[in-house]
Amino acid sequence: MDALSPQAKNVSFAVVGTGGAGAITAGSILLEAAGKSGWYGLLTRSVGPQIRGGEAAALVRLSTKPAACMSKEFDILVAIDWKNADRFINAMPVAAGGLIVCDPAAGDPPQAALDMDCTIVQCPIGELAKSIPGGRENMISIGLVAQLAGLPVDNIMKVVQSKLGSKGEQAVETGRACIAAGMTAASGFNHAYTLAPPIEQDGSRWLITGNEAVGLGALRGGVRFAAAYPITPATEVLEYLSPALASIGGSLVQAEDELASINMIIGASFGGLPSITATSGPGLSLMMESLGLAAASETPIVVVDVMRVGPSTGIATKSEQSDLNIAVYGFHGDADHVVVAPLSVADCLFTGQWAVHIAETLQTPVILLSDQSLGQARLLIDKPADVTFLTQRKTFIAEDEDYKRYALTADGVSPMSLPGQPGGQYTADGLTHTEKGTPSSTRRDQREQMNKRHDKINNFDYGAHWGVCEGDAASDTVILTWGSLTGAARETLDTLADEGIPARLVSLRQISPFPEEALTKALTGARRVLFVEQSHSGQFYRHVRAHIDLPFETRSLNREGPYLIGPDEIASQIRDWKNQ
Amino acid sequence: MNAPSFKASSYKSDITPIWCPGCGDFHVLMSITKALAKLGRPPEDIAVISGIGCSSRIPAYTNCYGFHGVHGRSLAVAAGLKVARPDLTVMAMSGDGDGFSIGGNHFLHACRRNIDMTYVVMDNRVYGMTKGQPSPTTEPDWDSALSPGGTGLSPFHPLVIALASGANFVAREFSGNIKACTETIFEAIKHPGFSFVEILSPCVTFRPDEKEWKNQVHEASVSETDDPARAARRIMTDDGMNTGILYRGRRKPYFASVSDRTGDLTTLEQAFEV
Ligand SMILES: Cc1ncc(C[n+]2csc(CCOP(=O)(O)OP(=O)(O)O)c2C)c(N)n1
Ligand code: SF4
Ligand SMILES: [Mg+2]
Repeated sequence: MDALSPQAKNVSFAVVGTGGAGAITAGSILLEAAGKSGWYGLLTRSVGPQIRGGEAAALVRLSTKPAACMSKEFDILVAIDWKNADRFINAMPVAAGGLIVCDPAAGDPPQAALDMDCTIVQCPIGELAKSIPGGRENMISIGLVAQLAGLPVDNIMKVVQSKLGSKGEQAVETGRACIAAGMTAASGFNHAYTLAPPIEQDGSRWLITGNEAVGLGALRGGVRFAAAYPITPATEVLEYLSPALASIGGSLVQAEDELASINMIIGASFGGLPSITATSGPGLSLMMESLGLAAASETPIVVVDVMRVGPSTGIATKSEQSDLNIAVYGFHGDADHVVVAPLSVADCLFTGQWAVHIAETLQTPVILLSDQSLGQARLLIDKPADVTFLTQRKTFIAEDEDYKRYALTADGVSPMSLPGQPGGQYTADGLTHTEKGTPSSTRRDQREQMNKRHDKINNFDYGAHWGVCEGDAASDTVILTWGSLTGAARETLDTLADEGIPARLVSLRQISPFPEEALTKALTGARRVLFVEQSHSGQFYRHVRAHIDLPFETRSLNREGPYLIGPDEIASQIRDWKNQ
Repeated sequence: MNAPSFKASSYKSDITPIWCPGCGDFHVLMSITKALAKLGRPPEDIAVISGIGCSSRIPAYTNCYGFHGVHGRSLAVAAGLKVARPDLTVMAMSGDGDGFSIGGNHFLHACRRNIDMTYVVMDNRVYGMTKGQPSPTTEPDWDSALSPGGTGLSPFHPLVIALASGANFVAREFSGNIKACTETIFEAIKHPGFSFVEILSPCVTFRPDEKEWKNQVHEASVSETDDPARAARRIMTDDGMNTGILYRGRRKPYFASVSDRTGDLTTLEQAFEV
């Protein structure tokens, strides 16, 4: 978008500065203020490898429509300072016609910034802050962006009031003065990137991260116990759950490792409480043996895997979709279980709740595959609807004579007694067992119990939740993806529609058991199918191919992290293909 | 409580143990059922949690709720259960391999966490189930196919480690002394916090030499203490055959913030509104 172009559908900006400069706070305040004014948007953070004091950048995209992924280019870049900027400046290219605002006192912009096809204006951010007693540079930068993007100052002040109010009226007044000074300075830049008015607002907005949304979804599903071992980028799920659980009568235990956390939730669930833990790839690897125990002992649990770049420790702060294989195929033996994946930050709420519902209903472990790009993104979303599942474990009625914990039933789900229930005593076991739970090594018990566990999971009606079909239903061109990349694919559809190129999107929320029938039906009429996934080896493509015939031309857009696949890349693949 | 009377047999299941005739674990099972009968809680209010090994087979031989999990993780399962269900009496059961080798880390942290439960380790100084390999408590010169001539490593000292890590009750017994075992397990269950009872339980098949234990064990000549330093010094210097309650501490048990608050999510949801 060009300078002074009115009415943009999207405005993207970055605020950068060293760790203590408050760049992230500035971005968060601006995003929340935009939400108060009816816009949508999201914030991601880019932080360097240094734990504290390193470079930090808030990347924010504001939009008139719900936005799922970060823009590839930015309209405005405010640099509070340039320390270490060369290390990350390439991750936030400024668009042609865009604007870089930097402080001359902070030294020369790095070469990469000078090479960008944009305007650089100098603004004494530090001096402006110093001229106001207690003033801070990040507050000045809020004023700069607010002026350039046309954000209403009263809503910004409401957010500042709620953030700084506890520090006293003086702090709020100082903030106001800084913001005003920033706005005045920016009004002299002769540039503007004004966001078009929001589309009519029909209800309130929520500001939430994917990690928080998974946690809240789990609570909606009835989770009352969690065990935790910290790992980036999943820690915020646990940090959200800790006080949240305490506030509703549940509890969280910090475990000594993931071997403990998974077994703690197995124990709590055996005791009757719906239970959850969250981890990332390295932790999931440690949990595999006990996930198998949960499958064999039919103990309901939910394990959230917020995927990051692997293998091994990989890149902890960046996203990938490369744990599909371990989640689906990582168990030893044939251990039927369920794997689901949220399709957006908002969907983390639904899928978190759904995962608990499935686990409790089927008495099985459910792995929820989120990833860093969802978990750590903070989004403005429409206030989510209440979803009600009739979540209930099949219970044991005390009058039942001769209780059999692993009784063979029509749907494969057996009544589960809970400690404290007289007459319901049994020993849960990972050993092959009889219907009563007694260890057994007979061919018959192995077969019957395997069949029962297979049937309960494969014959369950997952309904319409298996995935989504969007776009031009009549089109023979399909983008097929799963999980977090659904957002980028949705934007691709919009772009292509604007260009008059028909295409549709099919995205899977249900990864295992594989929704063979539903997906085959959804792909009827397809001539070209583009697989899109953030995995070097194409795990998703292989997974789909292992389950259904692909009687159409296929291509695959797949890549390892950390560079996320974006809407424009998907669009150009489709355009090229159609032009051939 | 006006308890209905329970007999030891009320806590026994009708499953026949797979243990070798003469295995010390039979006696441990007897002592546990007797201690539970003395406690007088109904079997459905007791949960017996274990890992993998001959000793870890014990839950199914009781008539309590049981969980026979994976190798080494009994303490973690038990911790989750007790925090989720503080109303239950929770016992975790292990062997020396299960508890001190593969599950060693959980042992340290269970002592430190001090959740109100009882941990019984049937120590036979060998991996019985996998047919005779040295465990962390095996003597350095014990010969086996896996470690010919012995491991050359000095044994792990579970009682001292339990003390150093914060266990609130530390005792050693010999499986053959059913009366003493019963009494000690009963006291361990009653004591708040994490109670650790090491029971020397001979593996007659792979350690026939341990049949001699009955002649070697002796009651501790001094009485129990609540001073961990004194207890540690005594345990470090004894001959490893000293039995009885050695330490009974006064640490505050783990407190989970389980409240009687309702499950209303309204406030939590409002926090996300802009
Ligand atoms: C992860 C894993 N590794 C190894 C084994 C094999 N295994 C079964 S029992 C056992 C050792 C048991 O020793 P101990 O805990 O002392 O019990 P005991 O049989 O002596 O009573 C081992 C190594 C296993 N079941 N699981
Ligand atoms: S092998 Fe040893 S520990 Fe196992 S049952 Fe036989 S005697 Fe007992
Ligand atoms: Mg042993």
